[in-house]
Amino acid sequence: MEMKTTDNKLAFRILKNRLLYITVCVLSAMTAIPLVAILGEVLVKGWDQLGWSFLTEATPNAYKAMEAMASGESVPGGIANGIIGTFLMLALAAVVAIPVGILCGICLSEYRHNWFAKTVSYLTDLLQGTPSIIIGIITYIWIVVPTKGYSAYAGSVALFIMMLPLIIRSTEETMKILPATLKEAGLGLGGNYWRVMLKVMLPASFGSIFTGILLAISRVVGETAPLMFTTLGSAVISWNMSKPMSAVPLLIWEFFNDPNLQSLIWGASLFLLTFVLCLNLIAKRIAKKWKI
Amino acid sequence: MENITDPILEIKNISISYDQKVTAVKNVSAAVQRNTITAIMGPSGCGKSTLLRAVNRMHELYKNIQVTGEILLDGVNIMQEQPNAVRRKIGMVFQRPNPFPTMSIYDNVLAGYILNGIHLSKSKKDEIVERNLRNVSLWDEVKGSLTKRGTFLSGGQQQRLCIARSLALQPELLLLDEPTSALDPIATKHVEDLIVKLKDEVTIMIVTHNMSQAMRISDMSMFMYLGELIEYDKTDKMFNDPADERTRAYLTGKMG
Repeated sequence: MEMKTTDNKLAFRILKNRLLYITVCVLSAMTAIPLVAILGEVLVKGWDQLGWSFLTEATPNAYKAMEAMASGESVPGGIANGIIGTFLMLALAAVVAIPVGILCGICLSEYRHNWFAKTVSYLTDLLQGTPSIIIGIITYIWIVVPTKGYSAYAGSVALFIMMLPLIIRSTEETMKILPATLKEAGLGLGGNYWRVMLKVMLPASFGSIFTGILLAISRVVGETAPLMFTTLGSAVISWNMSKPMSAVPLLIWEFFNDPNLQSLIWGASLFLLTFVLCLNLIAKRIAKKWKI
Repeated sequence: MENITDPILEIKNISISYDQKVTAVKNVSAAVQRNTITAIMGPSGCGKSTLLRAVNRMHELYKNIQVTGEILLDGVNIMQEQPNAVRRKIGMVFQRPNPFPTMSIYDNVLAGYILNGIHLSKSKKDEIVERNLRNVSLWDEVKGSLTKRGTFLSGGQQQRLCIARSLALQPELLLLDEPTSALDPIATKHVEDLIVKLKDEVTIMIVTHNMSQAMRISDMSMFMYLGELIEYDKTDKMFNDPADERTRAYLTGKMG
């Protein structure tokens, strides 16, 4: 008799376990639905446009696009001006933000008990949470107004301000979780402080820091608001960073506002989405490979 | 103390406190005999690791720790020297094996030179690596995989690699902070054999809370309790006939 109740209890527990498992699976699947839906929509609508000419030609002007539409052809031209602008501004922002961010992250981790470092660390959090449109308007006032003109440099500054806290944070967090004995071992051999930092601590956290950098880039590559105030946009391919330039997210916004160009939205979106997904995949691979 | 005829290290009135509140080491004085193994024993929190770490000035990395007193290495007060210079002469091996994770086995042995910015010729490097890996009986096990990362080795091998890394700088004194507490019995045996073998070329101080280990390998033993150095004598003498009641209680397992 007693045996029987134990069996029943066990069966009930197994049933509960199953139910919970199924619930978790269903909920996880539901969170994936928006992502899959977005990917699917962008892929279906943008796939036809994405071709060589789309990546190498500048945005068509509204008149040409209208003509093409009227004669039933697909809209000519592409987003090369935006791609070039995006990569130039990103590259400049990253070249400055990476060393500054890493050094700052090391310092914040090393002086973690110092009140000044704690304050800076807190401010970094605030900067990270600052809406990008505010960063745009501030950069406008700081850079565009004094230099009397929109420029890709100003756009880079806005992207730099957005990337910086992300890189600082990822460096700081990575350095903090390294075992203290690693630094002690390096210094215990009589090593010079900065040599120990550069040859032991930084390489040991390289994977995570690099991942942080890639994620920072993928976060800012789609930023539109700060670029509207700073680099403005340009319809022609330009390599001159002291002049306005275009960027892929800016183009999407422009295409949306021009009824003749609306069909180009999806190709540009697919390009941006693919780029971000690739960066994330690479970041994942590197994080896995360089794990210590 | 009459047992110390040729001291390499003299600790004089060392006190160490945390946050100017907790005193971890209280006015300890002792001399360490050259080319011997000195064990520092005591229950957890007695200040044995704290004392050991003071000897290569590790406490200076932490602002909240104050050290007072003198430590003389070959008669020179190391508290007044450059910390980096002191640490080159006094090696340290930690509780958990910690080879530098991104360096190869080869570079790990040379880490002391790399981190001090000392450039060596390829043949000199090869010689240092082989000599020191042979010294810790690791050469035959790793000679085919010198370019692999140090973390690829087993725990015991990693600890011997860390000892080789310290020895490569030819220190006068080697500090071991519970070097076998994270190792299995066989790896422990290897490291203990190695320590005994090494005392001809380097003086060794070892912190351990394993009494039988202290008995097996050390020549001299210190017993610390609540930050004080209670007893310091030849290991045989201390284990067979301790002078202090607290030492006796600890050694017989009634305390700690």
